[in-house]
Amino acid sequence: MSSVATETAVTIRVDDQEVAVPEGATILDACNAAGVDTPTICYGPTLTPVNVCRVCVVELDGSRALVPSCSRPAEEGMVVHTDSERVRHSRKMVLEFLATGVDLTQADELGQWAEHYGADPDRYVPGGETMNEPVRVQDNLYIRDYDKCVLCYRCVEACGDDAQHTYAISVAGRGFGARISTEFDVALPESACVYCGNCVAVCPTNALQFKTEFDLREADDWRPEDQTVTQTVCSYCGVGCNLELHVQDNQIVKCTSPDDHDVTQGNLCIKGRFGWNYV
Amino acid sequence: MADLHFGDDQPTDAERAAVDAVVPENNAATVAETERLVRGGRSRRQGLRHILLPVLHSLQHEIGWISPGGLNCAAERLGVPPAEAYGVATFYELLRTTDPGHRDDVVHVCVDPACSLAGGGELRASLDAGGAKVHASPCLGQCERAPAQFVQGVGRPDQVPADNEEDFRLPQAGDPRLRVLRRTGVVDPISLDSYREHGGYQALARAIEMGPDGVIAAISEAGLSGRGGAAFPTGIKWRAVADEPGPDKHVVANCDESEPGTFKDRIVCEHDPFSIVESMTIAGLATGAVHGWIYIRGEYPRATARLESAIAQARAAGLLGDGVSGRGQHFDIELRRGAGAYICGEETALFNSIEGFRGEPRNKPPFPTTHGLFSQPTAINNPETLINVLDIVLDGPDAYRSVGTERSPGTRLFCLSGRVAVPGLYEVPFGTTLGELLDLAGGPVGSLAAVLLGGAAGVFVGPDALDMPLTLEDAREAGATLGSGVVTVFDESVDMESVVVRIAEFFRDESCGQCVPCRVGTQRQHEVLVELQGSGQSLSPQRAELIDDMALAMVDASICGLGHTAASAVRSALALGLIGNSQ
Ligand SMILES: Cc1cc2nc3c(=O)[nH]c(=O)nc-3n(C[C@H](O)[C@H](O)[C@H](O)COP(=O)(O)O)c2cc1C
Ligand code: SF4
Ligand code: SF4
Ligand code: SF4
Ligand code: FES
Ligand code: FES
Repeated sequence: MSSVATETAVTIRVDDQEVAVPEGATILDACNAAGVDTPTICYGPTLTPVNVCRVCVVELDGSRALVPSCSRPAEEGMVVHTDSERVRHSRKMVLEFLATGVDLTQADELGQWAEHYGADPDRYVPGGETMNEPVRVQDNLYIRDYDKCVLCYRCVEACGDDAQHTYAISVAGRGFGARISTEFDVALPESACVYCGNCVAVCPTNALQFKTEFDLREADDWRPEDQTVTQTVCSYCGVGCNLELHVQDNQIVKCTSPDDHDVTQGNLCIKGRFGWNYV
Repeated sequence: MADLHFGDDQPTDAERAAVDAVVPENNAATVAETERLVRGGRSRRQGLRHILLPVLHSLQHEIGWISPGGLNCAAERLGVPPAEAYGVATFYELLRTTDPGHRDDVVHVCVDPACSLAGGGELRASLDAGGAKVHASPCLGQCERAPAQFVQGVGRPDQVPADNEEDFRLPQAGDPRLRVLRRTGVVDPISLDSYREHGGYQALARAIEMGPDGVIAAISEAGLSGRGGAAFPTGIKWRAVADEPGPDKHVVANCDESEPGTFKDRIVCEHDPFSIVESMTIAGLATGAVHGWIYIRGEYPRATARLESAIAQARAAGLLGDGVSGRGQHFDIELRRGAGAYICGEETALFNSIEGFRGEPRNKPPFPTTHGLFSQPTAINNPETLINVLDIVLDGPDAYRSVGTERSPGTRLFCLSGRVAVPGLYEVPFGTTLGELLDLAGGPVGSLAAVLLGGAAGVFVGPDALDMPLTLEDAREAGATLGSGVVTVFDESVDMESVVVRIAEFFRDESCGQCVPCRVGTQRQHEVLVELQGSGQSLSPQRAELIDDMALAMVDASICGLGHTAASAVRSALALGLIGNSQ
């Protein structure tokens, strides 16, 4: 395979701009290259696109329905509209729909997009179905609050094919009753989970969160504005994973790793992710 | 490769036996590596995962539910992560993952329109009163003999009570103009000899003479279009698969038939099963595919048995397997049963279902002709589409085009049910008007209020549409669709509000839940209609706007046809004033 092939550029039109992207890039990549901001929920830079949330849809000339920009490869000569009436409508409806059934209070970015597109979740029939799930606190490392879950599949992807290959969680049920679940909803410690926390790292709504963060929020003492982030290299083994330690009041409250780090791509193991718990 | 973790729940001996009965011997579990293919499609190594659904069926059938121990046993034998196996098991209506506490049969009773009009509610109540374990079911594909039931057996075979009483006869029996239905009710469906006596396997012989290109050219010239709903040109589909390299290609007969009001595929599978086997073999020769699959809905025990028998007889006669009919090419057919999920009729969801994954549709492109079953090139067709191939091959495109219209050549099967004198399966040339079709069935009973054309995914039309010629082009122009050939008739006595609420409920229940517009949209649409139903008021402008807003997002942004059509019947009912208008 020659490296030239991957350098081939594809030119597409995004709104009123021509942009060139490498072959294999998506419409979303082209939008980014054109400086057009696009809302995304299920897309993650380190995950294979599942294109399920549909908030990133764009209008593509010649296509009857809108297309998900996060997964659709850019093809030479495509003409894409990212801010047409139809695009704005579908994006607004996706955000509105999610807000009618899911607690998005800790999904800041989603909230901003909802405002941007004028989502109005209050115009629906009162008393409609919601996620309605209890918070699952089953260990001292992280909690699962599926009231906040938008079913973006990111945690499933991170736990499975895309990073961890543990397959501790899957989507179960169907339709509005679909939920992220272990087999028979067994508690995490009884499941295949190895507590790498990679699912926590990719969750866009805080449905999965560190127990430390959960406890501080419960105590009404979660103060991101007072937190500092320290970069360090994990010392448990010789791989050299980058860690970002989030510190509040001299206490480490959570640990992340940069998505663009070439070793981790945002992923860690239990020692790096949670080892500070015991330090 | 991952080391899979299995919990401590142990299977009982019976559960182990139920799993072993399906897992091929000496086939040690290889961990099925799953790999998301870029852009939504998936490629999978073909380990044992593709027998997950048959294994779950076996557990359900023998034990009455899928217990943690049973699931563990299945997952371990097949090398499937237990969480994923659970995700698959919970996807299907016919599989239980909670202990029913009994080993009784479950009686599924249809709650869809044709059956509720024919006393489905009373049937449910009386079965219930008699102590049966009753489960409300969407359309069971027996609308012509409503109210319908299907008995899911535990430890003994599934049953459709009506099958035992039936002395099958088509309403048009003996009509020399029948094409697709020519043999239905005439040929002995369990005898290959009888099929041959009625002209069976002449088309395969002719197809071998014509060669792949000749067959595909004839189908294209005949203008055959898909009968499963989307009316895609069959010649183009087969050409695309034929053009893909290699023999690892598939032909799939989509017998999942679950569109409310549709029962045609059940009838042809039950009464003319060899025609499906023969036409699939022709499809295999024409496209160069060596793998054939029949995916049949789980509630069709008789059709399943007859297709299995037809496959076995054809294989024994050398008409399937190595060197079909003395030709070098291998072609064989495997049958898979669905387990209660309308969405698995959508072609890419069907592939996932066979592969042992949740029946979630894939984003298109890529299309099945290049990335179908197991991510390999696949031609998937409806049984009615396939049977049409036989006449095209035998009689040529010109003869085929001698009935029908220029743009809709040939004939079409229609499933008539509801308030019509003689419900049943009819075959008429394209271009026959809706009124003529109803007359053929003895006309409406009572004063005609509306006809649901194309099923839940279709639209309501009023009495003024009786003059509409039933062609693809006229339907499109009228903003309607022929879909899978559903014609459900309603008269003035019918409470249309409850019919429409039920249609909305159907979509809510059957959405796979993958994409937001459909998962939430179908739920909220149902809530708006329930609110309207109880109110005794007209639909407010705010609610009308909300319905339109939701519909547009579902049409524009959903992944698959379920979401795209989930609002169409509802909106047509509003536009016709069938509901929403309290005066
Ligand atoms: C929700 C949904 C359900 C479907 N169910 C069926 C079905 O039961 N049988 C069928 O033949 N096609 C069904 N289809 C259409 C298939 O996706 C596909 O188009 C068809 O099988 C192709 O065959 P044809 O070209 O012969 O019509 C369904 C589509 C959708 C969106
Ligand atoms: S912590 Fe790691 S192993 Fe556990 S569910 Fe999350 S991604 Fe999977
Ligand atoms: S838990 Fe978070 S990452 Fe997982 S599906 Fe829900 S919102 Fe997405
Ligand atoms: S449109 Fe509905 S059925 Fe189709 S993929 Fe989306 S959620 Fe599933
Ligand atoms: S971000 Fe593209 S579909 Fe979710
Ligand atoms: S079987 Fe009841 S409506 Fe089809």
